Amino acid sequence: MTEPAKAQGAKAQNTKAANALELKDLSVAYRVAGRNRAVLRNLSLTIGQGEAYGLVGESGCGKSTAALAVVRYLPRNGSISGGAISLDGQDVMKLDAEALRRARAESVSMVYQDPGKALNPSIRIGRQLTEIFELAGVTGKAAEDRAIAMLNRVRISDPPSVMQRYPHQLSGGMQQRVAIAMALANDPSMLILDEPTTGLDATVEAEVLDLIAQLRQELSASILFISHNLAVVSNMCDRVGVLYAGMLVEEGPTEVVFNDPRHPYTVALLRCLPRGGQRKDQGRLDTIPGFLPGIGAAIKGCAFADRCALADERCRTELPPLYDLGDERGARLSRCHHHDKAQALPRATPSEVATPPKPVAQPVLRVAGLNKTYASHGHPLRAVKDVSLDLKPGETLGLVGESGSGKTTFARLLLGLVPPDDGGTIELEGKALAPKLENRGDDQVKAMQIVFQNPDSALNRSHSIRHLLSRALKRLAGLSGKALETRLEDLVRSVRLTDRHLAVKPRQLSGGLKQRVAIARAFAGDPRIVVCDEPTSALDVSVQAAILNLLADLQAKEDVSYIFISHDLGVVRYLSDKIAVLYLGRIMELGPSEAVFSGPHHPYTEALLSAVPKLDQTGTARIRLDGEIPSAVNPPSGCVFHTRCPRKIGPICEQQEPPLADAQPGHAIRCHIPYAELARLQKAGVTELA
Amino acid sequence: MSAVQTTSAPDDTRRRGPLAEVVFSLLRSRTFLVGIAIVLFWVVCAFFGEHFAPYDPLADDIINALSPPSAEHWFGTDQIGRDVFSRVIVGSRDILTVAPLATLLATVAGTALGLLTGYFRGIVDDIVSRILEAFMAIPVVIVALLAIVALGTSKTTVIIVIGLSFAPIIARTVRSAVLAERELDYVAAAQLRHESAFHTMFVEILPNVIPPILVETTVRLGYAIFAVATLSFMGFGIQPPSPDWGLSISSNYGMIGGGFWWTVLFDALAIASLVIGVNLAADGVHGAFND
Repeated sequence: MTEPAKAQGAKAQNTKAANALELKDLSVAYRVAGRNRAVLRNLSLTIGQGEAYGLVGESGCGKSTAALAVVRYLPRNGSISGGAISLDGQDVMKLDAEALRRARAESVSMVYQDPGKALNPSIRIGRQLTEIFELAGVTGKAAEDRAIAMLNRVRISDPPSVMQRYPHQLSGGMQQRVAIAMALANDPSMLILDEPTTGLDATVEAEVLDLIAQLRQELSASILFISHNLAVVSNMCDRVGVLYAGMLVEEGPTEVVFNDPRHPYTVALLRCLPRGGQRKDQGRLDTIPGFLPGIGAAIKGCAFADRCALADERCRTELPPLYDLGDERGARLSRCHHHDKAQALPRATPSEVATPPKPVAQPVLRVAGLNKTYASHGHPLRAVKDVSLDLKPGETLGLVGESGSGKTTFARLLLGLVPPDDGGTIELEGKALAPKLENRGDDQVKAMQIVFQNPDSALNRSHSIRHLLSRALKRLAGLSGKALETRLEDLVRSVRLTDRHLAVKPRQLSGGLKQRVAIARAFAGDPRIVVCDEPTSALDVSVQAAILNLLADLQAKEDVSYIFISHDLGVVRYLSDKIAVLYLGRIMELGPSEAVFSGPHHPYTEALLSAVPKLDQTGTARIRLDGEIPSAVNPPSGCVFHTRCPRKIGPICEQQEPPLADAQPGHAIRCHIPYAELARLQKAGVTELA
Repeated sequence: MSAVQTTSAPDDTRRRGPLAEVVFSLLRSRTFLVGIAIVLFWVVCAFFGEHFAPYDPLADDIINALSPPSAEHWFGTDQIGRDVFSRVIVGSRDILTVAPLATLLATVAGTALGLLTGYFRGIVDDIVSRILEAFMAIPVVIVALLAIVALGTSKTTVIIVIGLSFAPIIARTVRSAVLAERELDYVAAAQLRHESAFHTMFVEILPNVIPPILVETTVRLGYAIFAVATLSFMGFGIQPPSPDWGLSISSNYGMIGGGFWWTVLFDALAIASLVIGVNLAADGVHGAFND
């Protein structure tokens, strides 16, 4: 062999090992009810050293399975039925038990969605961290020092005191930081993040994502980032792969894939999201018809063909290969016969809406001076403080704020599920409502209903859908016999369910269908107001789009008002006419949706908006809130937001609570900074802050 | 699990119902099958025992009194010459009526109390729960003595005594299950329909707490069998000349000192086997609901 050839051979060897992770034709099956069901089908992907690769897709498409398969950590009924996995050039399939254990301990680390479950609740943080170093042979003081260094690295202030605490004494964001610290402790070459911020508030999510982004620059680790949130992936990853029914359907550099998608599934997924301040009166969101193929379903042709308006005979019979699109912006793959015209995918839901101009009407709901104080270990906890607002028929009021801001408590006060403190009033169509539900008239009760966040909890699992809806019609609409049957049919049709769904129990329906049943139940008695408490947060984006469209359609038809609670500001903006921003039970800002979103807004609103990962965002400077929302038992003096406010002006913020003053007609802001000044500051951007 | 749920609604409608799933899992559980086989054996004995017992369990035969086990009398004879084998076979009859009825009473009363305390919480819960706890602190035997003084000795008394002694235990299990259900949103949804407390408790919540009730009931049945045997041993409840196991042990255990072990051992083994059978079945039921 000549010298150059040898060098070339060695180089080839190096490039091979240069990939942090290589999956080649990986197939995984789960054994369910005696049959092997394919979950991953010939998945191939490569993550280079130091690269962050995003894997996106809706639930059930095999994202987490892929992550578990990397270290052969599948559940007992799962097995790798084919393909190869190589970590740093090492064939994972060939490792014996001991080598596999070492690989798991030393070169790959995982961070899961729920940090509360990843940490041992009965062991102090310090002990859990030092344990990792002890496994690596570092003990005693040295291990402790390294644990402290690790906590410093994930930007935890005062590590020695955090080391003394138990996991439950830390907030969700802190727990996730600790989990990340543990994952990084042995300097892994591969870091797998499986929905690391899904359970967290937007402000905390932003912090954790910032941390991961910073760590990326300090560490050499490659990242496999799994998320259903396209915006998060677009901000975090260099390259992205879109997974559908266990198959990679599209892959490429992140900004290219999201701006120029070449697979109909990616195209449709991106259209489901309310983007760029889209509002309900500007058109409906697009949806994806049909369902993901069941786990293990036999797929002939393209997996997406059944749901794709572009599909032709060839798509249904011939599995498309991963076409190499040869993009100059980076390697680009699409598993679609018609990748060149994927973006011409026709809409599944027509965009047009006929929104009748709303006549000026009396408010349907008027709330004045509403308070709720709980007792917490003998101390008063003001969950809702002095909230006043009103709502017109056919309008949506969006409630936003971090968890613990009092959104849900406020909704429960309105519904009468929790009685408010004496003094405040709630008026429905001009008549005062009794504070307690049992003292309200039947008409008043049916006029205000709720769609809960979690349909599994909201629908009685022992009852059939028919029973659930009939009972609501009987109690709320006072119907029986033939009239009930007729109305039931209408109701079922109005939420786009069919008779077929009536006979089954909730558990036999998918999440989206269950939420439709919950919506139908709320609408059984022709309500005037429906409270929607995070109705789509448990759903995939395509299902979310369908539910949001349904809510918008029902509103246009029935002239019902919504009180819409969501942590997803894009969703709130799509559906709301009016926004109330809550912080520690107080309204910080209240005004028409457009005014609140486009600003000038309260510094808290500004921070919330800035925390949301956006698909369209291109490196704008961001505002970060430090620390957690303070305890409502002991709220800060003066303006309750002053402890975290990036625009605090001075002692006045600590001494005096600003009033909720009209900055513009109908747009009120609770801040000492004058409106014009806020406008100037926010126009100047956040660069001044730094 | 959300993965499975969101994937395919059409697929899911063909899935087995929850009840069928429990039955399937029971039939796959070896523990349950062994347990239920033992129980069924004694049930068959209770119903048809006299047809295949070699002797009349009540017929005395003084000449052959206290004869040890032999080919003729497999388990020997007792002090008045009755065939122990025949008596053991037929002896399950009373215990298998009294214990299930007592358990049923305990389940009904306990479920009602558990629903009340768990649903209303607060002051109702405080008062009722304290009373139940006080009741649980009194030994069954003392309750039985008092009841016999008040009601006289009969099977009904035994059923009431055991039923009421076990009711607080079942109430406690039901209460904790109801407390968890109470927090679910479907209860709030029922309130937002102005449903009565009765409807919410019995139509909305009860069907969802059936699994823990069933498990607790099967476990209690084992204890009830033991309690019935204990009470008959002490002379409360089941009366001679019934061939009841506990009663037989009671009337014969004085003979052990004389070396006549067979008059007691087989009845004791019978009680043990029935209790073990029921407990194995209860284990299986527990497993089936908690898979």
